[in-house]
Amino acid sequence: MNDVFLPDIATLVKAWDETPDTKTFAWRFRDLKGGKDFHFLPGQFLELSVFGYGEAPFCIASSPTRPDALETTVRRTGQLTDALHRLGNGDEVGIRGPFGNGFDAEAARGKDLLFVGGGIGLAPLRSLIWNALDERDRFGKVTILYGARTPSDLVYRHELKEWEERSDVELLITVDWAAPGWTGNVGVVPVLFEKVTLHPESTLAYVCGPPIMIRFVVRDLLARGFKEEAVISTLERMMQCGIGKCNHCAIGHRYVCRDGPVFNYSQIRELVE
Amino acid sequence: MKPSLPRVAASVVVSKASLQKVFDNMRVSGFSLVGPTVREGAIVLDELTQMSELPVGWSDLQAPGGYRLERTREPQYFAYSCGPQSWKKYLLPARLKLFSVEKENGNWRVQPAQNLVPRYAFIGVRACELSAIAIQDRVFMTGEFRDPHYARRREPIFILAVQCTQSASTCFCVSMKTGPRAAGGFDLALTELPDTFVVEVGSEAGSEMLRDTAWAPATAFDLGRATQACQRAGREMQRQMRTDDLPGLLYNNLEHPRWDEVATRCLSCANCTQVCPTCFCVNVEDHSNLKATAAERTRVWDSCFALDFSHVHGGNIRPTIRSRYRQWLTHKLASWIDQFGVSGCVGCGRCITWCPVGIDLTEEVQAIRDKAIK
Repeated sequence: MNDVFLPDIATLVKAWDETPDTKTFAWRFRDLKGGKDFHFLPGQFLELSVFGYGEAPFCIASSPTRPDALETTVRRTGQLTDALHRLGNGDEVGIRGPFGNGFDAEAARGKDLLFVGGGIGLAPLRSLIWNALDERDRFGKVTILYGARTPSDLVYRHELKEWEERSDVELLITVDWAAPGWTGNVGVVPVLFEKVTLHPESTLAYVCGPPIMIRFVVRDLLARGFKEEAVISTLERMMQCGIGKCNHCAIGHRYVCRDGPVFNYSQIRELVE
Repeated sequence: MKPSLPRVAASVVVSKASLQKVFDNMRVSGFSLVGPTVREGAIVLDELTQMSELPVGWSDLQAPGGYRLERTREPQYFAYSCGPQSWKKYLLPARLKLFSVEKENGNWRVQPAQNLVPRYAFIGVRACELSAIAIQDRVFMTGEFRDPHYARRREPIFILAVQCTQSASTCFCVSMKTGPRAAGGFDLALTELPDTFVVEVGSEAGSEMLRDTAWAPATAFDLGRATQACQRAGREMQRQMRTDDLPGLLYNNLEHPRWDEVATRCLSCANCTQVCPTCFCVNVEDHSNLKATAAERTRVWDSCFALDFSHVHGGNIRPTIRSRYRQWLTHKLASWIDQFGVSGCVGCGRCITWCPVGIDLTEEVQAIRDKAIK
């Protein structure tokens, strides 16, 4: 019997600090067959179990174009994430999934891609960013606008550097509060819109970050001529079962786990808690 | 000679005492019987073996925030309406072990739960409850994912339905078009008359359970009495809820002042969701041994009225009672239809009876309708 509530076992290959409270974890399925059958889309999520602590949803932060690594980036905020942060290489967790609709990479084909991320909200975008960069000729211009509270809250620093150096990516970073040694932009993410040229008619905008950031970014994008359908975000709710059978992530008639977590703004606008 | 049995869709009469033979036939066929019985001042569902364990001679008085048993004049077996429990107690147990894990040499080994699942025979299922089961079937057994735990319990059940011949003051199944008469979805359906049971045969399995009961074909007179008894239950129904454009009404009135008003009365105790036969919110809990080398995952009933139900890092999405009551009612009566193609309410009235402050959803809907914003 195929039991969707039974997790597969995955091993922590390695983990590294992104910020003082955020780590990225690279997982590999212990059962090779399970690993081989694991196909996912950017924007999909996993249900990750730390046995004895419980299970919670996390977005996949790595790209399906790099099937060797299945990565999640997790901030320590509670019991389960704290237990995750204490795991060492070789330790095991349970994984169910992938769940959710994911980003529609086919619809993005030939389009310019604008990524707007705030803090750890870069994690789900990173999956699609690497997917696009690994299939670079299928997409137009790639622009990444990224903000964090302070320079030490920026995640994926090595990759930010790499994207900064690539001629086929435009990356702009800002922080809310500068720190000694910071020479970059200061201010909330929308300040970066002044520094880039956008073509709303041929661009899909992917926005992920704290709710307050999403609100202002979406407002600015719409004001700049983006259609609601071209502004795409991924919602955070406690998707407990992952398959639309526990009600935890219900918003109106939508289940974030099943109908999302990726929604365009015209869909999000309809939702009332 | 093979004893003859009634054909499917036939109606027969059996003496009241022969119900015990039906019970015995079910048990011999391997079914575990569960049905109504009186305990702690209420009619609850539990395992049965004898028809004498049924609530014989008992009825119930139900009102918003009120429930009590009273004696009937005649020794009837099914002279009561829905009690606090529903069949989800068996199909979606309040606590269900999903699996256990054990660590051996540093590796976790997952052991699926070996839950013993009896073949249940449900005794005394009412029309509204058949609808409720059909609704949960849609939730758990349709769509891309199927809940194997629910399906394992649900698929082999035998249903002995009982046609309602009276209604509680909190019933409104006629409005929800789920009763009082069950038209199908059962193996057998009884209508209790003062002197006899009229039995509709819904399936081959149902027919089989009438073996050796001295059944006789129902006469037109018997059928007429059964129909009338059931019609009376519908006619006497005191509550109603208008369902025309109900989703539109609620969606257009999400900022109606009535939500604030009901929030001043609602205790957010979750009773309504626990007694509701269709509410299916669940959560999982892990429990481990002290060395953290073994753990179990259990699925438990949850409720959208629980404060931390909508918890995400940083807070709760629905921190106010207003938002939680609105979520429950709009889900039940509106967004459920978008999600599953049917209303999540069957009109059983349990949420009204078992609300400690007597909140009545039919009254809440009417209040919104009377002063609709648009």
